[in-house]
Amino acid sequence: MKYIDEFRTGTLAQKIATKIASEANTQRDYHFMEFCGGHTHAISRFGISDLLPDNVHLIHGPGCPVCVLPIGRVENAIRLAQTPGIILCSYGDMLRIPTATGMSLLKAKAQGADIRMVYSSADAIKIAQNNPQHQVVFFAIGFETTTPPTAVAIKQAQALGLNNFTVFCNHVLTPSAISHILQSAEVRQLGIVPLDGFIGPAHVSVVIGSQPYEYFAEEFQKPVVIAGFEPLDVMQAILMLIRQINTGRAEVENEFTRAVLPKGNLKAQRLVAEIFELRRIFEWRGLGLVPYSALKIKSCYAGFDAEQRFQIPALSIADNKACECGAILRGVKRPQDCKIFGTVCTPENPIGSCMVSSEGACAAHYSYGRFRDTNHATSKEN
Amino acid sequence: MLMCLAIPACVEQLINENYAVVNLGGIRKEISLALVEDVVLGDYVIVHVGFALQKLDQIEAERTLAMFAEISTLNQEDI
Amino acid sequence: MSRRGIIKPGYTRSIDLKNGCIEMVHGSGGRAMAQLIHQLFLTAFNNEYLRKMNDQACFQSFNGRMVMSTDSHVITPLFFPGGDIGSLSVHGTINDIAMSGAKPSYLAASFILEEGFPLSDLKRIVDSMANAAHAAQVPIVTGDTKVVEKGSGDGVFITTTGIGMVPEGINISSENARPGDKILVSGTLGDHGIAIMALRENLSFHTSITSDTTALHDLVAHMITAAPDIHVLRDPTRGGVATALNEIALQSSVGMMLYENKLPIREQVHAACEFLGLDPLYIANEGKLIAICTAEDSTNLLNAMRAHPLGENAAIIGEILEDTHCFVQMQTRFGGKRVVDWLSGEQLPRIC
Repeated sequence: MKYIDEFRTGTLAQKIATKIASEANTQRDYHFMEFCGGHTHAISRFGISDLLPDNVHLIHGPGCPVCVLPIGRVENAIRLAQTPGIILCSYGDMLRIPTATGMSLLKAKAQGADIRMVYSSADAIKIAQNNPQHQVVFFAIGFETTTPPTAVAIKQAQALGLNNFTVFCNHVLTPSAISHILQSAEVRQLGIVPLDGFIGPAHVSVVIGSQPYEYFAEEFQKPVVIAGFEPLDVMQAILMLIRQINTGRAEVENEFTRAVLPKGNLKAQRLVAEIFELRRIFEWRGLGLVPYSALKIKSCYAGFDAEQRFQIPALSIADNKACECGAILRGVKRPQDCKIFGTVCTPENPIGSCMVSSEGACAAHYSYGRFRDTNHATSKEN
Repeated sequence: MLMCLAIPACVEQLINENYAVVNLGGIRKEISLALVEDVVLGDYVIVHVGFALQKLDQIEAERTLAMFAEISTLNQEDI
Repeated sequence: MSRRGIIKPGYTRSIDLKNGCIEMVHGSGGRAMAQLIHQLFLTAFNNEYLRKMNDQACFQSFNGRMVMSTDSHVITPLFFPGGDIGSLSVHGTINDIAMSGAKPSYLAASFILEEGFPLSDLKRIVDSMANAAHAAQVPIVTGDTKVVEKGSGDGVFITTTGIGMVPEGINISSENARPGDKILVSGTLGDHGIAIMALRENLSFHTSITSDTTALHDLVAHMITAAPDIHVLRDPTRGGVATALNEIALQSSVGMMLYENKLPIREQVHAACEFLGLDPLYIANEGKLIAICTAEDSTNLLNAMRAHPLGENAAIIGEILEDTHCFVQMQTRFGGKRVVDWLSGEQLPRIC
C-alpha cells in the first residue's frame, strides 16, 4: 500500500533508532508526550519503545476522544437511546464504555434500545432518511479531526430538510487539552510530570495546521514536532525533538509535511466555524472542567441540536474510586500503576474508558505491552 | 474500530463534485469530498470516517522518505 | 371427458421450490414435512443410509480411536462470495475432525428453519451442502428438521456433527506443543472474515476477496504422511490465528514468538484491515490450518503443504518458547516486539 508500507520499513527504523541512540544525551532523560490516539496505537502496535534508548520516555496524553468523554455524557446517550422513538447512531468505540453502574450502549442495545453503529456521520443521515417516523440522534465525539464530518452531516440534513435528525455534540479541542496539562500544578510546580516536548497529533494537525502550536512552544518553552501516523514518522519526530532539546530550541516543527500545512485545511475550518461555537466550559474525564475547550451547535442550527430538542440533564458522575483513568490521561500515572489494571479492569471487563477504547493507554498497554512488565524490571514506556 | 484512524488512498473515480471512489491496496470505497477541493483522478487523499480530510502532497511524501534515508547515509559517513 | 378432466394416477403436487416458503406445518411431523425432507434433503444428499428413511443411520463400527465433533452455524449473511452457510457447515465439521488427524467418515445435519424462509434459498443451501459433502467424500447420513415461528430465528441455523477414525500412532492434540517447535500456517490469513465484512451494509467496501471455506482433510492426510509426528493442528476460525494460538499456548503451557514479516496475508486483506482498524490475526479463516511440529520436521512439512493445492501459500510463521506466562509475542515488521493477545470483546457479528 503506497504511502503506508514505505513508512513502516524496519531497516529505516533501525537507522533512525541508531541516530536517536547516538544523539540522545546519556546524562539526562527525555520525556515526550503524545496526545493522538493514532500515535498511542502505533507506538504499541509496532513496539516502538523497543527501539528507543532507556532514557527516552514516551507518555500518553489525553489523545483518545473516547477516553476523555465524561461518564455523564455516556449516561445521557444511553437514556436518549432508551427513549421510545429515538434511534441513536454511534461510532463503534463508544458502545462498550461502562457507566458507573456497569451499563453501556451495547448492553442497552441488548436490552432493546435502538442503537446503530456507524462508520461515518453520513450513515446517520441515511438512517434518518430511511426512518422518517423516528428521531435519529447522532452521538458525535472527537477532536478536530472528526468535527468537520459532523458539520458536513448537519449541512446535509439542512439541505435535505430532515427534521428528524439531531446531533448530540461532544466535540473537544486539542490545544485546550495541552494548555490544561501544561498549566496544571503537576507539571508547572510540582514537577511530577516531567515534560520536555510534545509529539503533535497527526490528523488534528491536518485540520488545524501547525500554527496553533506556536503558542505552546513560545509560552511554555517546549518544542512541538507534528508527526505523521506511521511508525517511521513517530521515530523521526522523536529524533527532531531530541535535537531541539539538545540545542536549547523550543519551536514548532512539522514532520508530517505531506499532509499538514501551516494553516491546515481552511475549507474544513470554515465549515466548522459556520456550524459550531465554543462552550464556555466543558467537563473532561480526568481533567475536570476546562474552559473554552469544547464545541456546541450554534443557535441558527438549533434544529439539529439534540440538547435543544431533548431534555439532556447535566450529569456529573465520578469515576469508580479505584479507577486511575484521570491520572493516566494527564500522564501522571502509567496503566501499570493502577491497582485494578489487568485484574479487575481488563478489555473484557473495562472499568474505565482508558481500557475500553483500543487507543486508550490502558488497552494499548494491556494488549500489546504488558509482557514487558513481567519480562523486565523497568518498563521502557516512561 | 479506531477513532483516530486515517489512511492515504488513491482517488480512482470521481462520482460527482462531492463523492469519489478511492482505492487502497485493491479495496475500493466510496468517500465524501465535502472537506477538500480540486481533487483529480490519481490524487492521494487522507481518509477519516468516510471523508477525505486533505490531499496528500506526493512530492513532500517522497521528500520525507528521502529524509529518512538521508539520515542513514549520514549515519554511515559518521562512522 | 375433456383432456382437462384427466388426472394422472398417483399425482401429488410437488413442493414449490421456486416460490414457496417454509411454513409451521413443515415442522409438524406430518405429510408436508415428509414431502420437504424427501423432495429437498433426500434428493440432494442421496445416499444408501438416507434412502432407508430411518431416524438413524447404521454402519459397521470402527476398530480404533473414533473422533466426534459438532458445530452450529448461525452466520449472517447466508450467502457470500466463495460459499454459504451450507458449505460452511459441512467444511467446518469435517475440518474439526481432521484437526485430530482423523479421516472424517460420516456427517449428521440438523436444521432449524424460520417460518417464511424462502424454499429457493433453502434449496440453494442444501445443494451447496450436497456438493461440499460429495467433493469431500463424506456423506450426510442422518439429520433433523424443525421450524420456529417468524422472528425466532435468522432464516436458518444449521448444526453438523461428524465422526472419523484416527490412524494408529497419530497423536495430535493442543497440549502437545513443545519449546523449539515451529509454527506453520497453510495459507493466507483473514480472507473469510474480510469477504463477509465487505457485505455489511454500513461498511460497504468493494473487494475481490472471497471466503476460503474448504475441506482440509485431504491436506491433513498428506501432511501426516510427510510428518507423522505433528504435535498440534488447529483451524483458526472465529477469533483468527491469534485466538487459536493463545488457546494452544495455554493448553500446552508454552509461549510463542511470531514473525510479522512471515505472515502470508493478501494485499486486499491488509488494506481492508487498515481501512477498518482491524488486525488480520484476529479475523476468521474457514479453509486454513495451523500446524505445530518439531523444528526437524518443519521443512518436510512445509514442502508437503506447498505441494498440495490447499497449501500453496503455506509458511513457517514462528516458534514455540518456554514461557510461564504463556504470552504469544510477535516481532513486528518494524523491529519492535508486541504481544498478540486474546481477542477482547466482539469484533464482528456472527461471521461463522
